[in-house]
Amino acid sequence: MLDNFINLYHGFYIAGDPFNILLMVIGILLGVIIGVLPGLGGANGVAILLPLTFSMSPTSAIILLTCIYWGALFGGAITSVLFNIPGEPWSVATTFDGHPMARSGRAGEALTAAFTSSFVGAFFAIVMITMIAPLVAQFALQFGPAEKFAVYFLAFASFVGMSKEAPAKTIVSMMIGFALAAVGLDMVTGQLRLTFGITELLNGFDFLIAVIGLFGIGEILLTMEEGLEFRGKAAKIDPKVVWKTWKTLPRYWMTSLRSCIIGCWMGITPAGATPASFMAYGIAKRVSKNGKNFGNGEIEGVVAPETAAHAAGTAAMLPMLALGVPGSPTAAVLLGGLLIWGLQPGPMLFVEQAEFVWGLIASMYLGNIVGLILVLTTVPLFASILRIPFSIIAPVILVICAIGAYTVNNNVFDVLMMMVFGVLGYLLKKTNYPLAPLVLAIVLGDSAEEAFRQSLLASGGSLAIFWSNPLVSSIMGIGIVAGLWPLIAHLFSKLRVTAQPA
Amino acid sequence: MEQAHQGAGPKQRAVEVGTALLTLLFGFVVLYGSYLVGVGWGSDGPQAGFFPFYIGLAIAGCSVINLLQALREDGDALFAEWGQLGQVLKVLIPACIYVALVPFLGIYLPSVLLIVVFMTWLGKYGWPLSLAVGFGVPAFFYMTLERWFLIPLPKGPIEAMLGL
Repeated sequence: MLDNFINLYHGFYIAGDPFNILLMVIGILLGVIIGVLPGLGGANGVAILLPLTFSMSPTSAIILLTCIYWGALFGGAITSVLFNIPGEPWSVATTFDGHPMARSGRAGEALTAAFTSSFVGAFFAIVMITMIAPLVAQFALQFGPAEKFAVYFLAFASFVGMSKEAPAKTIVSMMIGFALAAVGLDMVTGQLRLTFGITELLNGFDFLIAVIGLFGIGEILLTMEEGLEFRGKAAKIDPKVVWKTWKTLPRYWMTSLRSCIIGCWMGITPAGATPASFMAYGIAKRVSKNGKNFGNGEIEGVVAPETAAHAAGTAAMLPMLALGVPGSPTAAVLLGGLLIWGLQPGPMLFVEQAEFVWGLIASMYLGNIVGLILVLTTVPLFASILRIPFSIIAPVILVICAIGAYTVNNNVFDVLMMMVFGVLGYLLKKTNYPLAPLVLAIVLGDSAEEAFRQSLLASGGSLAIFWSNPLVSSIMGIGIVAGLWPLIAHLFSKLRVTAQPA
Repeated sequence: MEQAHQGAGPKQRAVEVGTALLTLLFGFVVLYGSYLVGVGWGSDGPQAGFFPFYIGLAIAGCSVINLLQALREDGDALFAEWGQLGQVLKVLIPACIYVALVPFLGIYLPSVLLIVVFMTWLGKYGWPLSLAVGFGVPAFFYMTLERWFLIPLPKGPIEAMLGL
């Protein structure tokens, strides 16, 4: 443990280099812009900028790229709150209460809460990485395919249980996502499936295309229906609002702590920031005494998902560094970067490249502090986009979406797919199908299927493998409780009603 | 949904039924596609269609539930007024044309056209501003993406003529 602190101290010395601090500022600003633009997300933003770092030292390069990642995490909150467009999948849950707050003129408060929670979540996760990186690595090494699938099951079951829409609609939406993820080449058997001879479908559907279409284009169509007014809200953040909001935040320490723990857990297991933010939101909604008011602009509904998303996004770095298993798509891109710079991720990295690892960990502390200060001071700049009328911003967003869709795979067909997803998004939103499970299922579909098939292979086709040891059974058990939660809550309230008169 | 709208338009119930039928159809497509590659247990484990088959079953099953619930819904609520749908089409149709042009003309020229048409037709802006924004935005992306980040965007015959 003491070794960790000595290493960390040395890491601060590396990360505190003025050049590296400058890279942090550039990275955060670029990241916020990337996070603000729907479609240019953290993962492809980092991927796009990866070639620019080849000439730098690995430590400087990863500081720049991780700071873009932190910036994107911060920036996603801005569009969620002000535009009701989640810049990133993990900020979808932030729109639920963040946007209603902005609509009632509390945008500054919502943004301050979002940024501060992000910071708290990230900080908690970094402290955790520093303290228990070696221990957690040991524990997660025990995760077999069955445990992995159980974690996915838990995330998706909580969707069904926690969603405010009808369970059957949530399941349909989620399963459409899984089906879309299955399209294309089957990695195990090498067979083509669900392509029906259409060559454009060989590579399947990319979740980024779906996100850009469903949220970006769909939102533009919805806005048009309500007239030529973009429902973006202006934001003024002055020190007074920040101070006022900071004073109210300690009240939600329980929510914060819970979200931090959910986020770290989901980040380490490869479930990622998106389900973490939804789980944290859902649980906060169930537990909070203001739960009924969630969705109408409750500050706690901003704190919960933002804290969890950042904790998860940051915690996702842990398995990437310690095991070479990325915990999120962006971490996967960073992993690719490590290989290009000639570093072999995995447990040996801590031994052979201690300077790099601890420089990176120290830069996480500094980067998030720099990030919090930057976003709080520059929000009016980014929010000034809102004063531009919709008839200018709509075609520009369309163009950005098209460019974003194209750059994912350099494929023109993806631009057409984006449009199809846009119309689908409009239709599904108007008929109250939740879109988030659909997107999440496309992202996780392949890994979930792989884990499922590997488990069944190991057991010879018996589902009993998901109950074969205490670890996997308890995750599955929690999953089932989460999925059936509305039913359980209903039974409980019935029991209470019948018990009282007796 | 919202309060009952005034005026005429498609009914919410009809659209809900339509959506449920659509997802039901999609479920069957997935089931059929899975069946084509084998849904059972092959010599080396689950076949390619094993997982999607159950996904398809879930889609079809839940679509039927949604269909039944949609049929029981109140028949008076409107999905949207015709006028509102007209507004949606005003952005949807240019966007579709835009997307259809991209494979042939690249991304720059259609982007200029889209922004200019949108601003003059729907935004009632004058030509100078519309042209400025219309050319400015693609130029910005050309400079940042192609020049700075070296990410080529699709280009068409016009760009080739200009030698870009």
